[in-house]
Amino acid sequence: MVNKSSWFAPKEVPYICIENVTKRFGGFVAVDNVSLEIHRGELFSLLGPSGCGKTTLLRMLAGLETPSEGRILVDGQDTTNIPPYDRPVNMMFQSYALFPHMTVEKNVAFGLRQDNMPPHDIDARAKEMLELVQLMNFAKRKPAQLSGGQRQRVALARSLAKYPKLLLLDEPLAALDKKLREQTQFELMNIQEKTGVTFIVVTHDQEEAMTLSTRIAVMNDGVIRQVGTPSEVYEFPNTRYVADFVGSINLFEGDVTDSPDTEHVTIRSEEVAVEFKLDAFVELPIGAKVAVAIRPEKIAISKDKPEQEENICRGKVDEIAYQGSLSIYQVELPGGKLVRVTAPNLTRTAERPIDWDEEVWLCWGRHAGVVLSD
Amino acid sequence: MVNKTSFLPTLTLLFGFAFLYAPIVILIIFSFNAGKLVSVWAGFSTQWYGELLHNEQILRAAWVSIKIAVVNATIATILGTLGAYGLSRFGAFKGRTLFTGMMTAPLVMPDVITGLATLLLFVGIGWTRGMSTITIAHITFSLAFVAVIVRARVSALDQSLEEAAMDLGARPVKTFIVITIPMLAPALVAGWLLAFTLSLDDLVIASFVAGPGASTLPMVVFSKVRLGVSPEINALGTLIVLLVALCIAVAAWIFHRQEQERLRDQQAAERG
Ligand SMILES: Nc1ncnc2c1ncn2[C@@H]1O[C@H](COP(=O)(O)OP(=O)(O)OP(=O)(O)O)[C@@H](O)[C@H]1O
Ligand SMILES: [Mg+2]
Repeated sequence: MVNKSSWFAPKEVPYICIENVTKRFGGFVAVDNVSLEIHRGELFSLLGPSGCGKTTLLRMLAGLETPSEGRILVDGQDTTNIPPYDRPVNMMFQSYALFPHMTVEKNVAFGLRQDNMPPHDIDARAKEMLELVQLMNFAKRKPAQLSGGQRQRVALARSLAKYPKLLLLDEPLAALDKKLREQTQFELMNIQEKTGVTFIVVTHDQEEAMTLSTRIAVMNDGVIRQVGTPSEVYEFPNTRYVADFVGSINLFEGDVTDSPDTEHVTIRSEEVAVEFKLDAFVELPIGAKVAVAIRPEKIAISKDKPEQEENICRGKVDEIAYQGSLSIYQVELPGGKLVRVTAPNLTRTAERPIDWDEEVWLCWGRHAGVVLSD
Repeated sequence: MVNKTSFLPTLTLLFGFAFLYAPIVILIIFSFNAGKLVSVWAGFSTQWYGELLHNEQILRAAWVSIKIAVVNATIATILGTLGAYGLSRFGAFKGRTLFTGMMTAPLVMPDVITGLATLLLFVGIGWTRGMSTITIAHITFSLAFVAVIVRARVSALDQSLEEAAMDLGARPVKTFIVITIPMLAPALVAGWLLAFTLSLDDLVIASFVAGPGASTLPMVVFSKVRLGVSPEINALGTLIVLLVALCIAVAAWIFHRQEQERLRDQQAAERG
């Protein structure tokens, strides 16, 4: 088993070091001064919108692209100038890139054959890999004779066959439908755990990143915005961008009116009639322009006035989206600001506990909001 | 009314077919003519086929043509493929635009110019004219056709296949041989066949650069026809038409089988 806590231990030597890597295409900066440290056995995600440089960063790790500046170390070895065919790194391509003229078996064995492994060992390893992805019965088929999910598994088996030190996966599940994708996410995690190989997964699907990863790096415009565990990134976003990109969130612009000590802060926002009284973890000067970010599930909605004195306001239900396990309410505050609130559907009833255009109370705790000062 | 509207398209179709195939049909019919006159029917006979098979001059010329065509097609395919691959894969190097233009120039160059230019070259360097000069001259122009065909295929090729091979440890040359060439195979075959036919077909360039003792089939046929069309040539023409038809049939059969295989694959994939 991998020591799951290793990536929280800053003293351990990182397995992969990306040091100040920049990639320019002509005058365009695709990856901008990125530094990352990834530990052995991690399942690390690169999350970001389309065109933010995720694939470019991955291709530099694979050696298919050379960094304009900076260097990349794998297991202490500087790989910046090593060609792709000599790197202990393998990649699973976004398009899978299976060789159409070879059978599944030959595809999986391709990398092993390049290493001049004895044929007996090649067969054994290929078989082991096909068993891992449960495709033993498809060994003799050509890629064209497989479904999308099966192709994806062949691609995974092929890239794992050489026991690489690092496996790069470029949107591995993007081509699958939702149901299959969820199922495959767990398979991927299982395989990663079984093999202990360090994975870097590129995705633009934040739910996928949260499910899979030990840690997530949120990228935008070639820059890393935040690195952290899924819950860190979700609960403690460091910028408006990350808060908005990962999950949905309500942002209230305002300024600090009182900050008696480093932990407590009062923020007045024109958008809400009341003041936010929150626990902040940063020191904020009075008058500072900040944003308060509160996740929809951290706001309570009720018809009756709640007990608490602070962090409470009125609103009118504007929109309801029933989603089975929970309902999403869009509530209009007196100033016109729309707030998103989610609440679990705890009782089994066909009637709505809260209806359209009803007057409701919203309230939240002191821990609910994050104060963003960027 | 109904008759009138369907009559016109049928007539047009017939006329079109006649326009395309009547000369060939006449050629085939007269190859079985017993008489010596090309335009007067004198009964059925296969004697011209017999005479053709004993005509040393024509047989020798046919053999020369085939040898030239095979060597030409092979070398042109190799060079054209390397050129096309280099142009579309090795990025923007200095002089790339010029090179691209130069490579495709023979496509639009009149044969007379190509023939004359290559003749001047061979005379200039004092190369004895013969089969080798015809082959070289043919390579210079069929190379361009191969390059155009292969280039279209290379640019449609998914580059990530080659990247995947290299990522898995195959060096660039090995990747080219085990991944790129199989992927390009249809274009290579098409290019080879085109270069082969172009060479077999060429009269003008060959006439310029041929030397004594190296006459290609088109040259012999042309010189014979100038003395009056002989029924032997009709027989030769018929044989060539037969050969071409056979090639087309084989190609169609292979294509059909591939298509069926693809459909089967698709169904198998859907079944899972
Ligand atoms: N070879 C190249 N030449 C020029 N520009 C490039 C090249 N490769 C990528 N880019 C540019 O770099 C930027 C980042 O591209 P990249 O492929 O890394 O995005 P991505 O984050 O993987 O996006 P997606 O989620 O859509 O795959 C894009 O704006 C792209 O246009
Ligand atoms: Mg990408």
